[in-house]
Amino acid sequence: MTDLIKLTAAEIAAKIASGEVTAVQVTEAHLARIEAVDEKVHAFLHVDREGALAQAREVDAKRERGEKLGPLAGVPLALKDIFTTKGIPTTVGSKILEGWIPPYDATLTRKLKEADVVILGKTNMDEFAMGSSTENSAYGPTGNPWDLTKIPGGSGGGSSAALASYEAPLAIGTDTGGSIRQPAAVTGTVGVKPTYGAVSRYGMVAFSSSLDQGGPCARTVLDAALLHEAIAGHDPLDSTSIDAPVPPVVEAARNGDVKGMRVGVVKQFRGEGYQAGVLQRFDESVELLKELGAEVVEVDCPSFDLALAAYYLIAPSECSSNLARFDAMRYGLRVGDDGTKSAEEVTALTREAGFGDEVKRRVILGTYALSSGYYDAYYGSAQKVRTLITRDFEKAFGEGGVDVLISPTTPTTAFPIGERADDPMAMYLADLCTIPTNLAGNAAMSLPCGLAPEDGMPVGLQIIAPAMADDRLYRVGAAVEAAFNARWGHPLLEEAPSL
Amino acid sequence: MPGITREEVAHLARLARLELKDEELDHFATQLDDIIGAVARVSDVADEDVPPTSHPLPLTNVMRSDDVRPSLTPQEALSGAPAQEQQRFKVPQILGED
Repeated sequence: MTDLIKLTAAEIAAKIASGEVTAVQVTEAHLARIEAVDEKVHAFLHVDREGALAQAREVDAKRERGEKLGPLAGVPLALKDIFTTKGIPTTVGSKILEGWIPPYDATLTRKLKEADVVILGKTNMDEFAMGSSTENSAYGPTGNPWDLTKIPGGSGGGSSAALASYEAPLAIGTDTGGSIRQPAAVTGTVGVKPTYGAVSRYGMVAFSSSLDQGGPCARTVLDAALLHEAIAGHDPLDSTSIDAPVPPVVEAARNGDVKGMRVGVVKQFRGEGYQAGVLQRFDESVELLKELGAEVVEVDCPSFDLALAAYYLIAPSECSSNLARFDAMRYGLRVGDDGTKSAEEVTALTREAGFGDEVKRRVILGTYALSSGYYDAYYGSAQKVRTLITRDFEKAFGEGGVDVLISPTTPTTAFPIGERADDPMAMYLADLCTIPTNLAGNAAMSLPCGLAPEDGMPVGLQIIAPAMADDRLYRVGAAVEAAFNARWGHPLLEEAPSL
Repeated sequence: MPGITREEVAHLARLARLELKDEELDHFATQLDDIIGAVARVSDVADEDVPPTSHPLPLTNVMRSDDVRPSLTPQEALSGAPAQEQQRFKVPQILGED
């Protein structure tokens, strides 16, 4: 039964559809794996054993009745604990929502259930998705399955660790500044931030609403595409949801090809702070793309140098506003209500007790950036930078004639747990290459491109496409993945130590 | 641009309804001063004649027809309430006594 956990989502769905295995067998194998290794990895905050088995039994019953099964029917999935799940705890990695049981499903949760995906449980994350290491979770850190003393990325470190430890073949993440792509990069898995508005945010706890975007995480490009197709699409419950057809991502993932494509290397994404082994693997990826028939050109995006600064004004500003709803009145934690204190005092005591350091820092920073006297200099300028970054992308994809841009996903490989835990500026640098895409709202993928020679840890290649051209990520990603797997003789993840 | 002082952090925390402890004020004031020093670079573009972008999509109001539709029951809506009474959220005193 062990080999069931090594299968891809596409393989699992095919075996269930053909009757070679049952959905219950597949689910049991993954629950057993979680049982065996999650004490060490700590990818999950909550495992919904009964719910998962019930969903699996339903898939098997559907098959017996001769009903048509969807492309991911019976495939287990690890869901980031930022999406509401009716009747199942949703904490967002925060003490302020400890024990909260949502009375409704997020649109994404509903779509997964409708696709007959088996939700195994909820994964660990940096509190309110603020962080790059999952150390900001109120429920303890998650280990990187390649080296449990190192971070699995963040904020979606639980989801990436669940994939890399074979606890689940599919996972869901959210990406505000890199929280899908950076965890994918440092765990040797695949993660995609779709075009802003492609995946509904209804029922996804808000951090920075103009940047937040849910997306697929998987071990292969095709699996990510299958999941992308299942979760994307217009939702009337989200006013920022794009009312347009989902790009043909699965078709693209099945037809990987870069011949004749123009690939731009972003000049700004190298230099000081970039690990030598990361740049070495990235340069090999560039050579590989040339061998596969792509034309590679250098692209200058000067405004990207200001992206990190703009992000750390815009995201905290929006978060300080969004998190005002945690006021201890309608749901979640309430502290200090002894009959002598006002509602305002109870709110302040509850937020003090319920929020962790990084959340407090960002709420204060956002409150500062939005205060009169500072607004124009900080928030106003950051919004101008956002325009300039969007123009840099438009220039590259427009007159530059580039089909996709590429860069390392992160400047370094996974760092040791604790190393940057109380050094916010050092932590923020992990998102240097991923942030511009969030600010402009276009699409990007991270996929494995090898191990850094100096530490043996995975390196991620980032592919960036224009908005609404998410299929290009999969066309390029599938070609790169196939070529690398042929060169290595196996998927990169097979080199990870067994847990 | 100026940095941030401990007193300013205390003021901002009050505005944001965060009852910070003294040692947190000391710690955050130092860290926030560093962060603000780094992000202040955005003011390089303050004088540039470019429009601000607040959102990646060209947003317009999205309206729906005002129809009665299924929604949460009062019991479901109150299911996470820290305290409730007579089918309402029960909250601490909001207005002063006098």
